[in-house]
Amino acid sequence: MLDPTPNGLHSGEPPLLQTRGLTKRYGDFVANDSIDIEIRPGEIHALLGENGAGKSTLVKAIYGLIQPSAGEISWQGRPIVLSGPSDARRRGIGMVFQHFSLFDNLTVAENVALGLDGSESFKDMSARLAQVSKTYGLPLDPKREVWQLSVGERQRIEIVRALMQDPKFLILDEPTAVLTPQEADQLSIVLERLKAEGRAILYISHKLDEVKRLCDTATILRAGKKVATRNPRLETAASLARMMVGSEIKEVRAAAGRQTTVPRLVVNDLSLAPAEAHGVRLEHVSFELKGGEILGIAGVAGNGQDELFAALSGERLSKDPGAVVIEGIAAGHLSITGRRKLGAAFVPEERLGHGTAPRMKLSENALLTGHAASRMVRHGFIDTAATLKTVDTATETFDVRKAKRDPEAASLSGGNLQKFIVGREILRNPAVLVVSQPTWGVDAGAAAVIRQALLDLATEGAAVLVTSQDLDELVEITDRIAVMFHGRLSVPLPTRETTREKLGLLMGGSSLEPKEAVHASGA
Amino acid sequence: MHLVLEKRAERSGTIALVSPLIAIGLTLLTMVILFAILGKNPLLALDAYFIAPLTDGYSLQEIAVKATPLVMIAIGLSLCYLANAWNIGAEGQFLIGAVAGSWIAVKTQGTDAGAWVLPAMLLLAAVAGALYALIPAICKVRFGASEILTSLMLVYIADLSLDYLVRGPWRDPHGFNFPTTAEFDPVATVPLLIEGGRLHLGSIIALLVVAAAAILLGRTIKGFEIRVVGAAPRAARFGGFNANQLVILTFAVSGALAGLAGIIEVAGPVGHLQPGISPGYGFTAIIVAFLGRLNPVGILIAGLFLALTFIGGEQAQIAMKIPLDVTKVFQGILLFYVLACDSLILYRFRLVFSNRQVTRGAG
Ligand SMILES: Nc1ncnc2c1ncn2[C@@H]1O[C@H](COP(=O)(O)OP(=O)(O)OP(=O)(O)O)[C@@H](O)[C@H]1O
Ligand SMILES: [Mg+2]
Repeated sequence: MLDPTPNGLHSGEPPLLQTRGLTKRYGDFVANDSIDIEIRPGEIHALLGENGAGKSTLVKAIYGLIQPSAGEISWQGRPIVLSGPSDARRRGIGMVFQHFSLFDNLTVAENVALGLDGSESFKDMSARLAQVSKTYGLPLDPKREVWQLSVGERQRIEIVRALMQDPKFLILDEPTAVLTPQEADQLSIVLERLKAEGRAILYISHKLDEVKRLCDTATILRAGKKVATRNPRLETAASLARMMVGSEIKEVRAAAGRQTTVPRLVVNDLSLAPAEAHGVRLEHVSFELKGGEILGIAGVAGNGQDELFAALSGERLSKDPGAVVIEGIAAGHLSITGRRKLGAAFVPEERLGHGTAPRMKLSENALLTGHAASRMVRHGFIDTAATLKTVDTATETFDVRKAKRDPEAASLSGGNLQKFIVGREILRNPAVLVVSQPTWGVDAGAAAVIRQALLDLATEGAAVLVTSQDLDELVEITDRIAVMFHGRLSVPLPTRETTREKLGLLMGGSSLEPKEAVHASGA
Repeated sequence: MHLVLEKRAERSGTIALVSPLIAIGLTLLTMVILFAILGKNPLLALDAYFIAPLTDGYSLQEIAVKATPLVMIAIGLSLCYLANAWNIGAEGQFLIGAVAGSWIAVKTQGTDAGAWVLPAMLLLAAVAGALYALIPAICKVRFGASEILTSLMLVYIADLSLDYLVRGPWRDPHGFNFPTTAEFDPVATVPLLIEGGRLHLGSIIALLVVAAAAILLGRTIKGFEIRVVGAAPRAARFGGFNANQLVILTFAVSGALAGLAGIIEVAGPVGHLQPGISPGYGFTAIIVAFLGRLNPVGILIAGLFLALTFIGGEQAQIAMKIPLDVTKVFQGILLFYVLACDSLILYRFRLVFSNRQVTRGAG
């Protein structure tokens, strides 16, 4: 183990990792502009910034995944050039990515073995896996297959895998974006422990309260430049946000006197067998959503939210046309294109590969969902100007930051791509919008923009269904909230009458008093 | 110092264009070594292969004639491959098209059937090729059978059917027992473009096919569907595109084009139906499709280049006694390098000057 170092005292001791003038250019675009950062042993160092500020770019350079255009990285006082991630790992730098790189059909132990560089036997490796997961209180059953695990458990695999390399320095890129509050708390305990062992941690997060609680130092990036390094404990969430954005963040405001109108999305006793062996069965899901209304669906991930999205979007069809009614028309048997033509729009949870084709341009990705009901196609021919116009309008309305006018979707930062996807759908003025995790990985400023857009859409009379893991978000924008558990949906409660405790109980599968929630008896 | 392969953030457009050229360069280098091992003068051999055919008009026409089926088939295949449908059996669809079209020619032989014969032959060949290609497509969509295997196996069935017909029912009674039909009537023959030359109407049709494919892929929603389904299947489903439907469509189109190429070859340069009408056009077209980056214009260029190797191979055999099979070796090596160089579009090589200290286990 490493020597614990008294933290907060930076006197004399050389930093573990240091960058000087680190710059990364993509063509004319400067993603990282001469960044100096110092990370000392035994500190948790936050990296903050808006979407597209260059956080991921910086840590990718430190992890050897991309090559800086200029500048220098020093490790333990000596300048180094990393030939790639395995080189970084060999030196003691570990990284946990926001998007997991795990094989669903392999076991935990097999996944860990695939990610390690060493030549140790599978048996020794398994033993070490068990030992590391025990030491750090990160319980894992090595023989379980990954598909059976929750998001939090999957992340545990990634963390244990990184820890098995005994890193002196661990990078975590938005580790809590996908975790439930309980899981996030567990993670903080592990991080405190790693810190106590003298390891350094670089921590990217958009959750400023969490940063204030956990981190010793915070480096703030804005538009590729470092703007400040501060002690987050001496700052407020608002002051940190101001440094990130350069101005105050607007509060989300619901227009007063929003009127609910006719039901625009109705789900009648929808039951659906899972499409794949690992899926959840939807059981008797019913709700009614009126124009001008926002309904939230809360719940721990993996309780049927994905399946519900597929059934609503038409990626999966139901036998009973009346199970999904859009704008008064039975649509359960209609394809996703048919439903879009009825005025529905959809934003899936996964941005790359589901919401967009990663290696295609934004204009082509505008066409992906716009071909059905917008004027982008005439007599089978694509109107390129119209697709570009959608890109431009979305860029302007939602402040999408990108290196050129029409880049590939994969080159956008996570949050900016999310803004584009949400913008692309909202610009179609849908009658019904079904959106999953609208602000995953989106910075506070942009999240406010997206939430405001959802509220505005409802004000204009659309019906909006929001699935989110983020209870605060649901409380902020919805009129009613229902909870999904084991493929069943509780009766929606008016948001004003919910409490965290009530929702927490429902999310854990307990039912409320029978008269309040008939459907919630999930067991 | 060592070499590492590093993933590019965005696919490189320049490399996408240059990679086939690098592949050709590496192939030529390998061929030089091969010629040297065979005891031939590499420079003379390369000259015979790649320069000599370009210097006389007859060979130039012959290149265009050979490129015609290659380009037509490869265009069809590129649609399949873009949509992630792996049609390996174009050779069979080519032969079936040739057989089906020839049926009309054989049946109208010596009658006073008019100008409708050739168009009818072309049409029937295209339909037959499409239907033949639909067998593996439907087996894949309905039963999940691997289209790679089924389409390939159907090549042998087509080959043997052709063999049976020209040795049996359709054999020319005045043909000295050779396995061939009688020479087709003029109304059943693809007209020449230059009197007394080799160039025929088929080359124009091939150019039209290239133009149509370019418009389809670049400008239409169907072409977009084909590209998305291959590039991001889940996003394509979210877009409302049906992958199975596209497997059927692209197989049918590529079968039709291969069938059309088959009858044009038989009713054009060959003039009658016989075994061995194809020196493996259906397989070489796979190389053409990839060498041409699955892009219509690229395929046109690649088709001309591979046609050159066929002609060059013949000349090298005549002039230097280099076995004709060397052409196949050449084409195989080329495909290998093309696929290898393609990784450079998404990855790049980087030289790393290591000043690595071993830090393992320290601390
Ligand atoms: N390969 C690339 N080509 C062009 N531009 C790129 C590329 N990769 C990243 N960028 C640009 O660099 C900027 C910084 O991206 P980065 O992913 O580092 O942002 P981030 O701070 O991690 O944002 P987020 O919070 O949204 O994840 C973005 O504007 C992005 O568009
Ligand atoms: Mg990022």
